[in-house]
Amino acid sequence: MKPSRITECNEWFLARFPLTKLWNEHMAHYYAPKNFNFWYFFGSLALLVLVNQILTGIFLTMNYKPDAKLAFDSVEYIMRDVNWGWLIRYMHSTGSSAFFIVVYLHMFRGLLYGSFKHPRELIWIFGMLLFVALMAEAFMGYLLPWGQMSYWGAQVIISLFSAIPVIGDDLSLWLRGDYVVSDATLNRFFAFHVIAVPLALVMLVFLHIVALHEVGSNNPDGIEIKDSLDPWGHPVDGIPFHPYYTVKDLVGVGVFMLFFATVIFYMPEMGGYFLEHANFIPADPMKTPEHIAPVWYFTPFYAILRAIPDKFAGVIGMGGAIVVLFLLPWLDRSPVKSIRYRGGIYKKALMLFVISFLVLGYLGTQPATPTATIFARIFTAIYFGFFLLMPLYTRWEKTKPVPKSLTTVHSLEEQLPALIEEITILKPASTEIGHTAFKGSSFTRSPNPEGIKNLISRLVKNAIGSLD
Amino acid sequence: MNIKGVDQSKRQFLTTALTVVGAVGTGYLAVPFLAQMQPSAKAMAAGAPVEVDISKMESGQLIRVAWRGKPVWILNRTPQVLETLATLDPELRDPFSEESLQPESSKNPIRSIKPEVFVAVGLCTHLGCSPTFRPEVAPPDLGDKWKGGFFCPCHGSWFDLAGRVYRGVPAPTNLEIPPYRYITDTQLIIGESPEEASA
Repeated sequence: MKPSRITECNEWFLARFPLTKLWNEHMAHYYAPKNFNFWYFFGSLALLVLVNQILTGIFLTMNYKPDAKLAFDSVEYIMRDVNWGWLIRYMHSTGSSAFFIVVYLHMFRGLLYGSFKHPRELIWIFGMLLFVALMAEAFMGYLLPWGQMSYWGAQVIISLFSAIPVIGDDLSLWLRGDYVVSDATLNRFFAFHVIAVPLALVMLVFLHIVALHEVGSNNPDGIEIKDSLDPWGHPVDGIPFHPYYTVKDLVGVGVFMLFFATVIFYMPEMGGYFLEHANFIPADPMKTPEHIAPVWYFTPFYAILRAIPDKFAGVIGMGGAIVVLFLLPWLDRSPVKSIRYRGGIYKKALMLFVISFLVLGYLGTQPATPTATIFARIFTAIYFGFFLLMPLYTRWEKTKPVPKSLTTVHSLEEQLPALIEEITILKPASTEIGHTAFKGSSFTRSPNPEGIKNLISRLVKNAIGSLD
Repeated sequence: MNIKGVDQSKRQFLTTALTVVGAVGTGYLAVPFLAQMQPSAKAMAAGAPVEVDISKMESGQLIRVAWRGKPVWILNRTPQVLETLATLDPELRDPFSEESLQPESSKNPIRSIKPEVFVAVGLCTHLGCSPTFRPEVAPPDLGDKWKGGFFCPCHGSWFDLAGRVYRGVPAPTNLEIPPYRYITDTQLIIGESPEEASA
């Protein structure tokens, strides 16, 4: 039979471009561990948000004017007069906060399961570079609406560079292109925000994924699945990324979109956390707002800056809080990757770290009163303690034996019937209520206080036990 | 290729030489791109001096003018303020402005040419916020120690009404005093120092 036109076209194309090879290498024949859990949604979600930011960003530039005289009004024009402009802008502004939520959870996953450890150090480094590029992108984007918070936020952050001895003042002058934050600054931040940094982000994402697919994904057990192969050379504990994880990630996308849409439509400003109130006033170089704070995703680092009572040391502390993350693969000396097999010290240290990060994040949004400053100092010490003491406590602590292959966790679906059996009592239905429609079932279930108490005490015991 | 094969040392030399030449070339090429981010000729020109008429200023009044895009304050200080200023030295980090930026003509305890007329750049020396003018003594939110001055809302730095920084606040130095001189008794020019004018 003569091959059809479509087949011929396909063959023509594939002889000139390795599409099938690429697809197989990265999707259909990319074997990922079979035990990915909730924490493994956030990589693909970060990619989704990046696409959202790029797409909405392109359309926003069609009406935005990067000019100190026009910028503020052009944003209001987008919000009021451009068809669907409000939606596209809110998708972009909410997207930036969503990006950080997703990325912070993605990084936390790395801390939980040791995804930064050998042989994935380079993936972590690329990821950290992505994080830094993302912060630069967010910071520069925040200047563009040219509101009061945009203006004074940029003024403060650029002034941070002036704390560097010798070259500081010239450096901050060079960054601004003027003696104060001005039209020149806005214009160049626009250039960086829409072309330079996004290009860097996309390239880093590419490197992050290429490096990941070279060594293979980590998993909640922290076991190298490539160590045990089946007769066909595939990991015994691996499943092809497509269709298994593409489908799983689609579920994650669905749930994420539900939250994302809720914020966009019902609380786009998020009570002043996603879009700050002072930013609805046009930039005024003569007057600083009464209380200035960065957007929530920078506040932990901002709190560290304020906690240190010296200008230069504060800047070093803030930069150090990010630099120390780069060093994580070499600070951690534990022989095991996953928190499941680590000792209790790491679990408690990680918990303290998460608490200190959240508290610093909160303090960064608040005015710097003396009490707040003392708390910020304590939690800054904990933040750095987590990293700098890591070489000690990860070596001391006793780890649990790591199994040869992945452990299976019973799914919720399997556990559910037994659970229901435990927390409820089966009773014959009382005939007095007698709904005719339900006459077929003559039993009802009512809550069993004893069972619920047992369940809760077991959960608490497990939670406490899991810390050791 | 000759019979002996490749001359590795020659190849190494050529590779190194080409790398060095390439790096120097790239360095030169980077200059225009990096230099174009410096303030433009227009931005430099906007740094031109500004004339201010202070004949209509009342005692205790503060006016703001823009110089180089920065807020510049001109404050007409009352005699009481000048009296208070003289008593603050022990609480200040740099009472005699040894480490602070000001023209020679304003390097005195009250940091001005004429005692009552105070001129300063209204940007905190910490991270560049514009402090608020709080002339009142001991307001409830700042406490009893407040003798009137400038308060930075961003990171809580305190300055007195001569722009001198208090101890124990994040700002490292006193507020900057721009170069300025008197054309007449009631006319100031900001951006030119008396030293420049006489030269």
